[in-house]
Amino acid sequence: MTDPSANTGGIATCSMTIMLNGESRALDVYPWTTLLDLLREQLDLTGTKKGCDHGQCGACTVLLNGKRINACLTLAIMHEDAELTTIEGLASDEALHPMQAAFVTHDAFQCGYCTPGQICSAVGMVAEGRAQSADEIREQMSGNLCRCGAYPNILAAIEAAMPETRNRVGVFESGAPSGGHDGVREVKP
Amino acid sequence: MSQSPVGQPLDRVDGPLKVTGQARYAAEFPEAGLLYGSVVNSSIARGRIIRIDASAAEAVPGVELVLTHQNRPPVASYDEPYEDDDAGDGSPFRPLYNDRILYSGQPVALVVADNLELARYAGSLVKIEYASEPHHTDLRARLDSAHQAEVDLPPPRGDAAQALSEADIRLDVEYSTPVEHHNPMEPHASTVHYLAGGQLEIHDKTQGVQNCMRYLEGVFGMEGKIRVLAPFTGGAFGSGLRPQYQLVLAAMAALKLKRSVRVALKRQQMFTFGYRPRSIQRLSVGADNTGRLQALTHQAIGQTSTFEDFTEHEVEWTGMLYDCPNVKLDYQLVPLDVYTPLDMRAPGAAIGVYALECAMDELAYAANVDPLKLRLLNYSERNQNQDKPYSSKALRECYQQGAERFGWSRRSPEPRSMREGNQLIGWGMATGVWEALQMPASAKARLGADGKLVVSSATADIGTGTYTVMTQIAASALGLPMNRVDFQLGDSSLSTAPLEGGSATVSSVGSAVQQACAGLRQKLLDAVQQMPVSAFAGARLDDITFADGSMTLTADTQQSVELAQIIAAAGEQEVEVSVEPGKERDNYATATHSAVFIEVQVDEALGTVKVSRAVSAIAAGRVVNPKTAGNQIVGGVVWGIGMALHEETQMDHNLGRFMNHNLSEYHIPVNADIGAIDVLFVEEHDDVVNQLGSKGVGEIGIVGVAAAVANAIYHATGKRVRGLPITLDKLL
Repeated sequence: MTDPSANTGGIATCSMTIMLNGESRALDVYPWTTLLDLLREQLDLTGTKKGCDHGQCGACTVLLNGKRINACLTLAIMHEDAELTTIEGLASDEALHPMQAAFVTHDAFQCGYCTPGQICSAVGMVAEGRAQSADEIREQMSGNLCRCGAYPNILAAIEAAMPETRNRVGVFESGAPSGGHDGVREVKP
Repeated sequence: MSQSPVGQPLDRVDGPLKVTGQARYAAEFPEAGLLYGSVVNSSIARGRIIRIDASAAEAVPGVELVLTHQNRPPVASYDEPYEDDDAGDGSPFRPLYNDRILYSGQPVALVVADNLELARYAGSLVKIEYASEPHHTDLRARLDSAHQAEVDLPPPRGDAAQALSEADIRLDVEYSTPVEHHNPMEPHASTVHYLAGGQLEIHDKTQGVQNCMRYLEGVFGMEGKIRVLAPFTGGAFGSGLRPQYQLVLAAMAALKLKRSVRVALKRQQMFTFGYRPRSIQRLSVGADNTGRLQALTHQAIGQTSTFEDFTEHEVEWTGMLYDCPNVKLDYQLVPLDVYTPLDMRAPGAAIGVYALECAMDELAYAANVDPLKLRLLNYSERNQNQDKPYSSKALRECYQQGAERFGWSRRSPEPRSMREGNQLIGWGMATGVWEALQMPASAKARLGADGKLVVSSATADIGTGTYTVMTQIAASALGLPMNRVDFQLGDSSLSTAPLEGGSATVSSVGSAVQQACAGLRQKLLDAVQQMPVSAFAGARLDDITFADGSMTLTADTQQSVELAQIIAAAGEQEVEVSVEPGKERDNYATATHSAVFIEVQVDEALGTVKVSRAVSAIAAGRVVNPKTAGNQIVGGVVWGIGMALHEETQMDHNLGRFMNHNLSEYHIPVNADIGAIDVLFVEEHDDVVNQLGSKGVGEIGIVGVAAAVANAIYHATGKRVRGLPITLDKLL
């Protein structure tokens, strides 16, 4: 982990708070630290993966205020008081999130490196509510690369987990801001 | 009695760790005070470093070291230690060895700082002055410098030239394939933990922890002081077969600073080492007017580096896949100012069989024979390269069952004869083939006092399902439930295992696991027979059934004892075995086969191609886990689609540098590119290939797919594009 007090030529860290996986965290963060590096290097939450650092692969997808984003393309300090859910925060207690369980059942991965991003992206996509068909799921999941090529199983897992994910209270109930956030559509009954 | 787990479509045992983010990869092992290294790469393709000015970088607070060839720790000065298990002929590349630049992107410095951003920033401040020399990176422009590849090709059989001149039908065609990069999702990374006493414990992204260990021991003269770990590997596809430069650089920095150091490559840097080489392939096909093959010649010209000859099995398939009396094969290499190519999923076969199977499609049209019938007409019962029968070959069943599943009989043969609206529909097919290898491997099995069976071998799971299938094999052998078996891998201190590659892991390590467990069965029986008044006295292993955690006399199932009871009485039992490939394999050729059927939709106006349907019928012996194996085949088909339509690393030959070194411009298939993929495994019984009768499925899935796509595109459009990838500009 990075020592936030390391000498960096007079540039100070910034204090911020963030609601991370349901827990309020007070952090000292360098202004140049991406949300991804904050998670991986400073907080040891390495479930969020770095595949390209350029927003081209989706491996770093997390849910920010319920909306899926690439954590590599945003600076940590921009998210004061935000609600952030990473793959580590999706499961509740001992039970996997239905999307996680479906990924296991449908063998929707091989090496597992893109998997946390695929799962967070899928959960975010279901919340967006726009994907109604297999082709729409394929299209809307195309920001998440899987070099192992497990796409058909990813599709099958998402289709299987969609109803339960839609109905799920939890990540979105706590994470959804009150009204009008563009990432969180109405959750269908 | 519960069913043996072997053959069942079980969930991955490492699945829960992977879906919760708990599986840790090479760059994800923390340590207080860890330093971060950022690699600086050369901007020229050939020449020398004249001067390195690191003063500005060193002046940045938090920077601990700028490592270059001038201040690195001592390393071996002869080739042998650098020759890892996957090295070709020549002198392997030595990172930060001297001032010579051999290729663009060569690592020339490592900036080490106490955090990641600083290291990267300081790297941008390192000034390097070069003396450039003229470079050559264009294979086609350097064909005059080709030399014969040092490989044992099968000798020519018959007289191909004569037979070609007399053939009713003769085709002379040239195909080309581009450079492709593996691009596993996890970039290569090494975290080197510097231990008290100067030993190194390293988490590396690799397909061979012991290969990396031996390499570092040799390069740094540190025998017995290095342990390499890789519990999870975020994809590799061959990129982890050789120790990559970040490993050496991280170890150098750790040794110099006596601190722990991590070096993770950026995505752009994933284009600065091995890749699938560009190829130019010329085939001549001679046949009688019914399509019966009379002659085949296949010449491949591939690129290599100036310092090593990279070779792969590219043209041999043409001598073995079909029955043909006259065959001549040739393979040449052109050294260029580039890094050495590297095995990449189905190395050689992916591109060699692509060319062969496209040529067969061209022959089908020339002879006016259905492409599938043409394959059956020329079906080979023997491997004519080796003049041996196959240990098993259910390719005929692949053709038959694959065609049925796909609906091939409804195909109208004429190009451009099928359409839906603006979409031209094309159906194409091809054959796939790969070797069924077995390597020497070892494994250890220990049944502990807690009733758990721990089995281990220093192999890898790069997403292939090794953890799961080895657990299945072990659980089956001792009749234990899956959750009482723990398989350990990815640790150089475990029993010796070969590189995880070539589709040989189930065959090699699986056989070792099975035999270690067989040894344990014997030990358990011996232990039982030591017990007083044993019902098992005089019993032999053949008389015993291991199931449901117990050992039972098959003839008298009332006589049963729980394995846990035996351990309680006799103590922990452990067996380690080393398994060599069986001698009977020598009398046979061993291979996996496939038949691939592809449907494409080509937009008539736009030239866009979509693979809407794929059927892959596989003959790979006994399938240990149809779920994970099926996933492997699906992945192979996706790779084949990428190869056919998307993937190409483009070189700017003026600069000698790859241009599209990122995932935005190096296109791999995304979810929307992939339609339905139907995988079926045909029955194939094989007692020879190994004791499991299982052949491995990592490569066979990709082989033939690009050809089937290209053939489908021809069927859709009437255009025969002979260079990959088939992008829309080539169809307009």
